[in-house]
Amino acid sequence: MRFRFTTLTTAALLLLTASLSFAAGTIKIGGLFSVTGPPAFLGEPERNTAKMVVDSINKAGGIKGQKLELVVYDTAGDATKAVQMATKLIKDDKVIAIIGPSTTGESMAVIPVAEREKVPLISCAAGSKITDPVKRYVFKTAQNDGLAVAKIYEYLQKHKQNKVAILTVSDGFGASGREQLKSLAGKFGMQVVVDDTYGPKDTDMTSQLTKIRGSQAQVLIVWGTNPGPAVIAKNAKQLGLKLPLYMSHGVSSKKFIALAGDAAEGVKLPSGKVIVSDVLPKNDPQKGSLLAYVKDYQKHFKAEGDHFGGHAWDGVMLVKAAIEKGGATTEGIRAGLEGLKDFHGIGGTFNFSAGDHAGLNKDAFVMVEIKNKDWVIAK
Amino acid sequence: MELGNQLLQYLLSGLSTGAIYALIGIGFSIIYNATGIINFAQGEFVMLGGMLTLFLMETLKLPLWAAIPLAVLLATLVGLLFERLAIRPLRKASPISLVIITIGGSILIRGLSMLIWDKDTHALPPFSSEEPIMIAGATVLPQHFWILGITVVLIGLNKWFFSHTISGKAMRACSYNPRAAGLVGIDVRRMVLLSFVISAAMGSLAGIIVAPLTMTSYDVGVMLGLKGFCAAIIGGMSSGIPTVIGGLILGVLESLGAGLISSGYKDAIAFVILLLILFIRPQGLFGKPESERV
Amino acid sequence: MKKELIKYAVFALCILLAPLVFSGNYLMNVLVFVGIHTMLAVALNLLLGYAGQISLGHAAFFGLGAYGSGILSTTYNWNPWLAMTVVALVVGGLAFAIGFPILKLKGHYLAMATLGMGIIVYIVFNEWVAITGGPSGFSGIPNLELGPLVFDSDLKNYYLVWSFVLGCVLLSVNLANSRIGRAFRAIHDAEVAARVMGVNARLLKVQVFALSAMICAIAGSLYAHVMTFVAPPSFGFNISVELLTMVVIGGLGSIYGSFLGALLLTLLPEFLRFMHDYDIVFYGGLLMVMTIFMPGGLVRGIPDLFRKITGLKNKKGGAHA
Repeated sequence: MRFRFTTLTTAALLLLTASLSFAAGTIKIGGLFSVTGPPAFLGEPERNTAKMVVDSINKAGGIKGQKLELVVYDTAGDATKAVQMATKLIKDDKVIAIIGPSTTGESMAVIPVAEREKVPLISCAAGSKITDPVKRYVFKTAQNDGLAVAKIYEYLQKHKQNKVAILTVSDGFGASGREQLKSLAGKFGMQVVVDDTYGPKDTDMTSQLTKIRGSQAQVLIVWGTNPGPAVIAKNAKQLGLKLPLYMSHGVSSKKFIALAGDAAEGVKLPSGKVIVSDVLPKNDPQKGSLLAYVKDYQKHFKAEGDHFGGHAWDGVMLVKAAIEKGGATTEGIRAGLEGLKDFHGIGGTFNFSAGDHAGLNKDAFVMVEIKNKDWVIAK
Repeated sequence: MELGNQLLQYLLSGLSTGAIYALIGIGFSIIYNATGIINFAQGEFVMLGGMLTLFLMETLKLPLWAAIPLAVLLATLVGLLFERLAIRPLRKASPISLVIITIGGSILIRGLSMLIWDKDTHALPPFSSEEPIMIAGATVLPQHFWILGITVVLIGLNKWFFSHTISGKAMRACSYNPRAAGLVGIDVRRMVLLSFVISAAMGSLAGIIVAPLTMTSYDVGVMLGLKGFCAAIIGGMSSGIPTVIGGLILGVLESLGAGLISSGYKDAIAFVILLLILFIRPQGLFGKPESERV
Repeated sequence: MKKELIKYAVFALCILLAPLVFSGNYLMNVLVFVGIHTMLAVALNLLLGYAGQISLGHAAFFGLGAYGSGILSTTYNWNPWLAMTVVALVVGGLAFAIGFPILKLKGHYLAMATLGMGIIVYIVFNEWVAITGGPSGFSGIPNLELGPLVFDSDLKNYYLVWSFVLGCVLLSVNLANSRIGRAFRAIHDAEVAARVMGVNARLLKVQVFALSAMICAIAGSLYAHVMTFVAPPSFGFNISVELLTMVVIGGLGSIYGSFLGALLLTLLPEFLRFMHDYDIVFYGGLLMVMTIFMPGGLVRGIPDLFRKITGLKNKKGGAHA
């Protein structure tokens, strides 16, 4: 019996003494993306983009002659894992900045770690509460949901419609959108007449749409990420729903058009500028970055570079800019980021300050419409 | 739009979702009756059906009518392998080990699918046109008729198989008493294998016929599998009509729940029903109580 | 009994000294979670290994503990220790109440009923936005404090969590070797026979269910105060399955086996990282291979394997000579 126990203890100790990695002479930054798990549609393009950008920075000679090294861990959309991996990046890999995590929930979980260890965190998630209130070491690249909501409401105001039905997905993305849709409604003179939700794995939303059809709503705003909104577009077409359909930036990729097929025609949504980069006016300050990103991504991954990957592009490039400005230390990056102005990235033009760690305004979005299976800028 | 039409719409939507739950539920019951195992990997066959059809159409450029039977065949093959490699070595194991091995199998199948294909959601083209059809103020798609039609045909075939073929009768004998069935010369192990084959085929076909409406991805199997199980429990683990009714009841209640009460708690409805039935009538809604066997 | 005491002392000493090796290191953080998982696995093992009752919904009790503590100590400004105690008692009471109908079920039906319960609780976490913060999670939970000591670093949390684990292991070991433990084993082996012998099987099962739920709730409270953030996915179906896996891989009915299972499964991602996205496949495969080839879990499997290997060597040596 005793023998068995000692073997077990030895086995346990052996397991614990895992080898640790170390490196020297380079600038080390970390990436936390949910490459697997439900938010993989965010994490995968983010990881791909981050690696691609770091490679191209190194090929161009690094930052002030120093090579950039990126250590990426998968968080699988799990808050516990995100905290573990953030600790690993800080304690073992000794990174001086972290890009990610991909979702609002994971970001909220990692924030206490970053604040305690004083390591800058550039979140790729959209939830406004990540940087509101402002936390000393926390920044974000994804546009706040509130900006997307404001863009839609402004557009509706212009078209004299004010009775909206909202249908949001019951995950972090949808919950945050729902909160913003409701709280900003008053400011834009909107009235939310139906407030309904659907589950991320739901396969039939005709019940909710039938209810909405029976209401006073003039437009339907759907807040979710694929595949839900595509199912809703199809269901709406099946029911012959006459309401104009608005969606969130969560579906601003060709994937949505492929999934919804004909049902996608006429859908309008606020989107980052990536998907319409080729039709943007020449004087748009972001145009250069956008075209370069789309071309690079196409070359590396034979796929369309999207909005989500853009968050990681911004993350890496912002860190680079901050290092050039403030030096390759945690405090240097923090100060560098906070002082950064007019940075033309993929998500928009960033202007950080001590009171604003999100850095974007609603011009980060354009209203687009789906016509003939492609994006056009909505009038 | 008045309430009557709304109710009709809820009902129609519910019936088509319910038909799918019924097919998956029957798959559960067939395996349970032949082996006493709740196959937690049942939902993965549903996923495999949709994903394989898509794969065959996109990669091998097969037309839909050829891709469907081939996909069912391949999914069935997976079911067969699963039985041979995972279930058979464990035939004498405790229910706990069996629950765990099927959970392990479902994780493995899901993981492999994620690697072989991708993490994205995909849409399958509808079997016929996409023009909505009006029925007294409610609308349905042609695909809904495909779903209901194929479900009816499958259930009929299933019924015929169990009451009119030698293999079917032998399987029923195994479910009543495997030892006695063995003694009268029925090859029980072959029947177990057959039960996996049949339910993999039914599950994958269910996955194929819904994919045009609901889309498919590597992880659709989990929730569908659980709902199918709820249907089977309502039907008292019968591999016939009671489980079909169980599926339809579940689908309609969910649809009504989402429309009239709260869509957020819609999924909870299925599981509350599951618990109530297990607590109050563990033999299912339609079954007769059975005394505890020692 | 003396043997048990020595085992426990060795275990406690290892736990106490581990920080000497890993302090300041990221593994310190992982070990905090190993501790929480050990508590959960030990709790589930009491139910599964001793009373022979499966549960696929234990993450629900873990979550109720975490949310309960988080909400009471943050929204309502309760003292965290008080919140933890109250939540543990409430969850225990709740489990006691639902234990009667749920444990009437057997085998697969019990698995499904507990699974259903777990999913319902998960849906409530997700949907009751006003109280739980919904899918985006609940943040700003305070760290635990003990006088001037604030548990806000990995090292402090390590000792906090592991002192609970040690208490919990001691309790379980004692329980397993007590009259009640023997009654459990009787139920496990032959319930009807045990009932005939005068063991109130039903009540005992419900009691152990409640105790198990209570330990999970305490683990949940610790989790909430260590993480300072909770979100629904940490308490979903996968977590229940993962707990079950820890218990089975460690070995049913072995308290130290549960520790080993928790350790292995929490550290596994560290070793699988080189496999990138392949780890989920490996995980599923491991689960299947373990159930087929090591049905007794690591505690019985490793020594067996060891004996087999050394046995083989001896044979070979014999052949040469």
